[in-house]
Amino acid sequence: MSTVNLSKITKQFGSVTAVKNLDLLINEGEFFTFLGPSGCGKTTTLRMIAGFYYPTKGKVLFNDKDMTAVPPEKRNTGMVFQNYALFPHMTVFENVAFGLKVRKLNRTEMKKRVEEVLKKVRLEQYMDRQVSQLSGGQQQRVALARALVIEPDILLLDEPLSNLDARLRDEMRNEILRLQRDYAITTIYVTHDQVEALTMSDRIAVFNMGVCQQIGSPIEIYNEPVNDFVAEFIGETNLLPVIFEEQADKQRVYRTQDLDVSIYVVDEKPHIANYKDSDELVMSIRPEAVQIVGEEKEGENILRGEVSLVQFTGASVHTYVTLENGVTIRTTDLNKGPSIYLQEGKKVNVQLPANQIRVIPKARM
Amino acid sequence: MLNAQKRKTILLLIPIILVLVGYVLYPSIETMIESFKRNGTFSLENYQDFFGEKANANLEALWNSVWISLLSVFFSALIGIPLAYIFNRYDFPGRKFFSSIAIMPIVLPSLVGVMAFMYLYGEAGLIPNMIKDLFRLSEVPFSIGGISGILIVHAYTMYPYFYMTTSSALNNIDPSLEESAYNLGANRFEVFWKITFPLLTPGLVAASLLVFMVSMASFSAPFLLAGGFRVLSLQIYFSKMNGDLEMAATQSIILTVVSISFLLFMRWYQNRRDYRMASKGIGAHRSEVNNPFLKWCMVTIGILAMIILLLPHATLFILSLVPEGGWTWQTYPQIFNLDNYRLLFDDPNIWDPVRNSLIMSFIACIGVFVFGIITSYALVKRKFVGKNLLDILVMIPWVLPATVVGMNMILAFNKASIFSFGHILVGTFWILPLAYFVRFIPLVVRSTTAVLEQMDDSIEEAAQNLGAKWFYTFRRVVIPIIMPGVLSGTLLAFVQAVGEFPTSVLLYTLGNRPISIEIMNQLRMFNMGQAAAYGMIQVGLIAIVMIISSKFFKVKADNAL
Repeated sequence: MSTVNLSKITKQFGSVTAVKNLDLLINEGEFFTFLGPSGCGKTTTLRMIAGFYYPTKGKVLFNDKDMTAVPPEKRNTGMVFQNYALFPHMTVFENVAFGLKVRKLNRTEMKKRVEEVLKKVRLEQYMDRQVSQLSGGQQQRVALARALVIEPDILLLDEPLSNLDARLRDEMRNEILRLQRDYAITTIYVTHDQVEALTMSDRIAVFNMGVCQQIGSPIEIYNEPVNDFVAEFIGETNLLPVIFEEQADKQRVYRTQDLDVSIYVVDEKPHIANYKDSDELVMSIRPEAVQIVGEEKEGENILRGEVSLVQFTGASVHTYVTLENGVTIRTTDLNKGPSIYLQEGKKVNVQLPANQIRVIPKARM
Repeated sequence: MLNAQKRKTILLLIPIILVLVGYVLYPSIETMIESFKRNGTFSLENYQDFFGEKANANLEALWNSVWISLLSVFFSALIGIPLAYIFNRYDFPGRKFFSSIAIMPIVLPSLVGVMAFMYLYGEAGLIPNMIKDLFRLSEVPFSIGGISGILIVHAYTMYPYFYMTTSSALNNIDPSLEESAYNLGANRFEVFWKITFPLLTPGLVAASLLVFMVSMASFSAPFLLAGGFRVLSLQIYFSKMNGDLEMAATQSIILTVVSISFLLFMRWYQNRRDYRMASKGIGAHRSEVNNPFLKWCMVTIGILAMIILLLPHATLFILSLVPEGGWTWQTYPQIFNLDNYRLLFDDPNIWDPVRNSLIMSFIACIGVFVFGIITSYALVKRKFVGKNLLDILVMIPWVLPATVVGMNMILAFNKASIFSFGHILVGTFWILPLAYFVRFIPLVVRSTTAVLEQMDDSIEEAAQNLGAKWFYTFRRVVIPIIMPGVLSGTLLAFVQAVGEFPTSVLLYTLGNRPISIEIMNQLRMFNMGQAAAYGMIQVGLIAIVMIISSKFFKVKADNAL
């Protein structure tokens, strides 16, 4: 068990900067996720922790021990690769035992530990199979077992579920979480799937273009994104450019040029992100927070429009409302029966509740 | 650590570079230097003699080599492409069987193949004489020899290159490409010319260049069949036999230049356009032939092709049963028994060449096995400056005609040097294993590289991550994974070394004469039976290796070449 401390890490490949000036502290036993679109630097960071890349600048510390220059085989991390990287010429047992063999464990101890971990991942009956005879989910579990059996200080998972089909992915998500809780290992998980990140992590670091945008718990990241990239990448949202208009009592008033109306926002920390005067601002409101109200309703933040598309997904219903000047607002309601299904073309008003809006700066590139 | 990685790479590269410089580059340079010498002083006289009026025999030989090679390409393509198309696109009874027969010429080592052709279709050959007797003609109706002989042998032995590249290209074409063309309204003819053929061209160009190079280098066919006809590879041999090493060197350099320019052209062409299929995992699609007339036409073509293709093998087998003196002035052999095979084991004089060949090939193969693994690993998995250069250096022996490799060996090792540890190697046992080693480096490197490229980098990283040091990973993970590719390459090198003729004829001594030299000797003594028995041993070895490769390593015969 270890903490991982990345301090001022920069990694360059030739003239391309893959990771820029990254500071990160991962706590002991934490399930920490690197989340971002492809090419954002998350895998590069993971590989620097594993030791396959060396940072151009900065330090990698495990428990205050400087690991920056330590070769991968001496770091005692357990990594699960995206394609599992199982040794094709070995059986399940031999694959899992590989790390122990390298550590020169005696045979009986080795057998005991391999059997133990295979039982944990529920593969004990497949011990003597060749890995090519296993299904994708089973191979995944062999890779996990192989990484766990060496009792690593840190477990590194590089998009481990991206090669599985949707149902298996759900199952493996729970499996990985269960194993992580059992072993209480500091775990770093790389993914581009926000659902995985939100459901599994203790904390998430959101990456874009080599820069870490925000670090926080799933709730913080979803409810209080620091900029428009984070807001848009995680979950669905409606973004409208705004400028500050005036300070009112317990509210701030912003104006959207697109709609030419004033938007009232509760003047509290969860609703107004930190920004500088020079930042361009946008307001973000999640679809589930937008309310569709009758045409006659009057009040703050009410916009007139017409239903342009109704999407039925089963659990919920997405209703797209196109406002008078062409901006489309997306709303989501739980499926409570036919009473909430609207006709396309129906004139409606939407309300953006002042206590559900968050004003955030645009991400700087 | 960055430096540790670099240190490992350098440690790997040192032996590779030493071997390549010592046994590939240095001999070539020695030949080049020799070509600029006349009586020990620098001069351009050799080249003047080559291109000048004084010796237009050389120029004629160069010209002959070129047009013979061009015609060989033409005829090989003419046989190989339609055969591949018929066998891969139409389904009819016996298709699978015929298509496996189609690559049979590759199990005949060149010298043995030429010999079989001579006794089949030559002046005293079985077929012409049989026709003569059958139709009571006064003279044989046809016989091969000279140019026609060389061309026929070339077409027979080299069409498999076209057959195999066309087959694999056809099987790699995603059927949906053609189907979508039909769907968009193209007819059969348009689909073939606008879709199928353009997709085949890269393979065809590669095969053409390969056949061109192989026939430029071809030695056995002209050696046995040419008569007075001159080709460049043979001229080198004659110059050397006449003791004119300087002229032999000059001729070697010119042949090398022609070959290398073709290699460069081929590389340039292959990198020019990317025709790789976007889709993966496709099955071949064949149209079933329903028209009974057409169907039986195809079966007939298949049977005829099979007979023609297997006649040389059959001839070789029949000849091997003819004891010494069993076929002298008569039209057909008179006596058949197993004497020749018995003698192999009874008479040490007859057995010796077999033993020599096996031992020397074995030594060379241990060399290429180790060298091949290390070199391919460095080329595929390591990053370093000058990789392209190393790649070219590795491929040089593949481009060099065997005769040239032989000459390079003579000129580099007829004196003591550091690379021969201060000994003169020419005239000793060791020169032949060394020549075989150099000849077959590219073969093993290529087959190993192919499997290494399939191996994902993450496999090595996973081992490292689990705590394995580099050497442990290499030994326990990398080598076991690539072993099938390495072994199939090495085995192929082994059988080719056993059959190797051109370098052997330049470098052998009485003490280490290999099978191919003894075949030549027996032919000179008109003891074709014993020669054929030697040939059968080679064919048998090749057949065994092919079966092992495809059964145990799952390597298809066509991938091995």
